[in-house]
Amino acid sequence: MEEKGTWRVKKGLAEMLKGGVIMDVTTPEQARIAEEAGAVAVMALERVPADIRAAGGVARMADPAVIEAIMNAVTIPVMAKARIGHFVEAQILEAMGVDYLDESEVLTPADESFHINKHQFKVPFVCGARNLGEALRRIGEGAAMIRTKGEAGTGDIVEAVRHMRAVMDEIRRVQNLPEEELMTAAKELGAPYESLKEVARAGRLPVVNFAAGGVATPADASLMMQLGADGIFVGSGIFKSDNPAARAKAIVEATTHYDDPELLARVSKGIGEAMRGIYAGGLKAEERIQGRGW
Amino acid sequence: MQIGVLALQGDVAEHLHAVEACGVKALAVKKKEQLETVDGLIIPGGESTTVGKLLVKYGLDDAIRERAQAGMPVFGTCTGLILMARDIIGSEQPRLSLIDIHVQRNAFGRQVDSFEADLVIEAVGGPPPFRAVFIRAPYIESVDPGVEVLAEYKGKAVMARQEGRLVAAFHPELTGDDRVHRYFVDMVREAVG
Repeated sequence: MEEKGTWRVKKGLAEMLKGGVIMDVTTPEQARIAEEAGAVAVMALERVPADIRAAGGVARMADPAVIEAIMNAVTIPVMAKARIGHFVEAQILEAMGVDYLDESEVLTPADESFHINKHQFKVPFVCGARNLGEALRRIGEGAAMIRTKGEAGTGDIVEAVRHMRAVMDEIRRVQNLPEEELMTAAKELGAPYESLKEVARAGRLPVVNFAAGGVATPADASLMMQLGADGIFVGSGIFKSDNPAARAKAIVEATTHYDDPELLARVSKGIGEAMRGIYAGGLKAEERIQGRGW
Repeated sequence: MQIGVLALQGDVAEHLHAVEACGVKALAVKKKEQLETVDGLIIPGGESTTVGKLLVKYGLDDAIRERAQAGMPVFGTCTGLILMARDIIGSEQPRLSLIDIHVQRNAFGRQVDSFEADLVIEAVGGPPPFRAVFIRAPYIESVDPGVEVLAEYKGKAVMARQEGRLVAAFHPELTGDDRVHRYFVDMVREAVG
């Protein structure tokens, strides 16, 4: 019997994206540049996070016409963002045939207590997380892929590093706990118990985990891969830089050959200036996007 | 004997595990030097435009073609099938052109149409049928003489073989059923002699 939208199929697409770079794009032209550079998927947006940050106001799902134009421009998978808890934006994006949804803190949350019940959808979801508990809560709600939150739109890698290290450290820690301590660990981490038991057994998250939120250079991409990311999201880092096509290609190569410093040196040359960026540590509490999510 | 898994991008780890589950040494292959040490090669699932570009960039396309022509068995799943096809309908994207098939990309639709289904694959044995996972999968529109179709789904060829080249539109590496990998391991064993 043929079954669509199964867990294996949702999680499977993320597996196919591993070792690749997913790029934020706002126009069909940018989508083609990303595809030409070797992106494994694009995230269709009206504005990249740096511009969302600068514009202020309420950030919502992109205009379906923008997303559709991007879907028609490329053959690689197209992702799009819905607001946290805004299951109707998700229903619309699913109806349009978007390949992956990001229930994203980069947009203004629509619900201050609850996320979307992602099990109810055939389309798979990716969600941001800062630690193991948050990742496992999102997976419990049906997310088939996780990414670090980092601090979107800053071009500062420090928060993505913090979040990746937190997830990896907590996985290593629970692996070494005796079984009787796992329930208390689940309580402390805010993680579903059964799912934490599975992580303790397998020594890894049950789904793919990408890095996002601050990647601006090939070295940043390699850093995140060496810290254990399965792949890379680049938001503002490409199309807010001097030479998007060259930088995009370099970040793709750096993600594939993250363990080859000579190649990293070569691809980092002559790709123009990176996005100027914002020091994430200088942001006021209300300017920090990563705190959104429950 | 050692089987390589092309590791430029995609679900490399799943194939490495599947090969090891067959009791054979597996190696992730990113560079030409690594390719020289393997007796068979698997091209995993991934994004075919990405992997195709990287293959050309590092000269791995010519290197794989040379080894394949010298008799090294090659097995491609999903993206691997696309990259091994001589003809990708409506696309000029880089490819290896190792098997005489005509392939339609994203043939079953977008991700919301991705599915799993039971396949009868006589070549790998059974019953039970093989649970096949199709993710934005291609199918084989038609094959040229010399290509044997090993499995069909709804009248479309989804697995085929031409001498030492094996292709599947689905992902046998995702199900834990190692029959398709065992079939390929036997092909490699035969080629090694």
